[in-house]
Amino acid sequence: MTAYIMAFIVGGLICVIGQLLMDLTPLTPAHVLVLFVVMGALLSGIGLYQPLVDLGGAGATIPLPGFGHALVVGTIEDVDKYGFWGIFSGALRASATGVMAAVVFGFAMSVLFNPKG
Amino acid sequence: MSENIRQQMKEEAFQQKFNQVKPKPPLLKNIIWAFVVGGFICTIGQFVLDYFLSLGMGKKEAAGSATAVMVFLGSFFTGLGIYDELGKRAGAGSIVPITGFANSIVAPAMEFKREGYIFGVGAKMFVIAGPVLVYGMVTAFIVGLVYWLRQ
Amino acid sequence: MQKTKGKQSILFANPPVVTGTANIGGPMEGQGLLGDYFDHLMEDNLHDLSSWEKCESYMLEQVIKTAAQKSGGDMSDIDYVFAGDLLNQLMSTHFALRSLSRPFIGLYGACSTMALSMIMGAITVDGGFANKVVGAASSHHDAAERQYRFPTELGVQRPPMAQWTVTGAGAAVIAAAGFGPRITAATIGKIVDLGVKDPNSLGPAMAPAAVDTLWQHIQDTGRQPAYYDMIFTGDLGSVGKTLVIEMMKEKGIDISDNYEDCGCMIYKEEQDAHAGASGCASSAVVFCGYIYQMMTELKLNKILLIGTGSLHSPTSYQQKESIPCIAHAVAVEI
Repeated sequence: MTAYIMAFIVGGLICVIGQLLMDLTPLTPAHVLVLFVVMGALLSGIGLYQPLVDLGGAGATIPLPGFGHALVVGTIEDVDKYGFWGIFSGALRASATGVMAAVVFGFAMSVLFNPKG
Repeated sequence: MSENIRQQMKEEAFQQKFNQVKPKPPLLKNIIWAFVVGGFICTIGQFVLDYFLSLGMGKKEAAGSATAVMVFLGSFFTGLGIYDELGKRAGAGSIVPITGFANSIVAPAMEFKREGYIFGVGAKMFVIAGPVLVYGMVTAFIVGLVYWLRQ
Repeated sequence: MQKTKGKQSILFANPPVVTGTANIGGPMEGQGLLGDYFDHLMEDNLHDLSSWEKCESYMLEQVIKTAAQKSGGDMSDIDYVFAGDLLNQLMSTHFALRSLSRPFIGLYGACSTMALSMIMGAITVDGGFANKVVGAASSHHDAAERQYRFPTELGVQRPPMAQWTVTGAGAAVIAAAGFGPRITAATIGKIVDLGVKDPNSLGPAMAPAAVDTLWQHIQDTGRQPAYYDMIFTGDLGSVGKTLVIEMMKEKGIDISDNYEDCGCMIYKEEQDAHAGASGCASSAVVFCGYIYQMMTELKLNKILLIGTGSLHSPTSYQQKESIPCIAHAVAVEI
């Protein structure tokens, strides 16, 4: 049960940061998404995002900074394993399921449905 | 030159007047909505993750599968025309989770289907998600490069 | 005979008559404040067509035909059609006019197009170049949204200043003779740009243009605001309207008694349109429905319609340009 409460709180708070950025700065949602992925990747790089994942579970991996985190975790793993060329393989390997799902489901839904306006 | 200065003064005076009457977003309401909806989506994510873990999946595989399920849900509710209604209220609460990323892929793909499957669906699918992937990957590359150099 | 007056205005020698008007709206407009003042209302924003753009063409075609009929004739009496919309290369207008096969002059004045088309029509008629013309304009919420902002299904929050593009169209028949209110004067606006860049605050961006044109109209014609029963601006929304009143006050003129914005007249508060309506159809549906009916019933005798347009494009705001705006005023009296 604690895991769910923590996921709710951590995930909710990350979204609140996004909301503040959208309401108080001229940033558009697209800017916020890009900013969050980059921030997630950078925080992950300096080792600050993993503790958040340990704390919040899906609350930290489901919001977009978690995507940036996944990219970096994969890259670092592959660098450990394969050296220099791991920089090129890790990010996509680690995020493959998400990206593949996004493209395939995105395509399928756009074939099946029409915009309602 | 003096014409430029006069225009600049006019612009500043107007901007000032504009700021006085500018309606402020209902910040507290927006924050509560974002917190509740964002938190709720993440809780669903946690539930799905736990389910896959309970099937005996490894941590990474379970996380990947949970992401895929969340992406499916985001896409599906976009297709049904529900996700944008949620987004109107929830703001960042439904934009920031990975379901919002899925929404940002399905919405333009669906919208531009009328321009055909190549230049419409295929090309427009990534108008918003594309930058996310580009900058995410470039950052991961830089972090990876720094990590490799320091080894 | 000299018809120009002052720097930017025209006083018509033989004021052309608005002999008939027609308008159309979507479901949201039908549920709004002026729901009873529409000739046609569509069940949904697609009207069983295959795209938003086709639906917009349908609306424009429909109102032009209906206006021609309501003015006691049909399309063959129409010498010219002056029309425009918001989409790139006037897409919906061109396809609407394809089947009407009348001489056509396309106009782009963004949301000021209705006033602009009436002015151009009146000039043509008063100049003796035509007997009967149509001025028309249209906009479609979803078609405009996908061109100017985001795909319609994207879950974004609209800021409180955002306005809702009206789905609808309006057309007015302008003739040399006949029964109806007359177009007596017009003031053509200049481009005014006070550096607003946010495409979500179009109403406020256009307010200075509206003030500039109204002020010039007063200077040129000597008509004080009190001369008119009502002054209407096209689609400034609640924020832009407040700005116009303030800026006119600074010039020493109080218009708060007889001034309203068409963008504040269409939607109800609970329809979640935020700062009000916008789009070519905002002034088009209000003038061609409510205002025209009020005038024929003699509840309004003298009005000034100031069409306001923000002339930015999706390219221009991505290149961080500010929003050039324009306003055209047309005086209609009975």
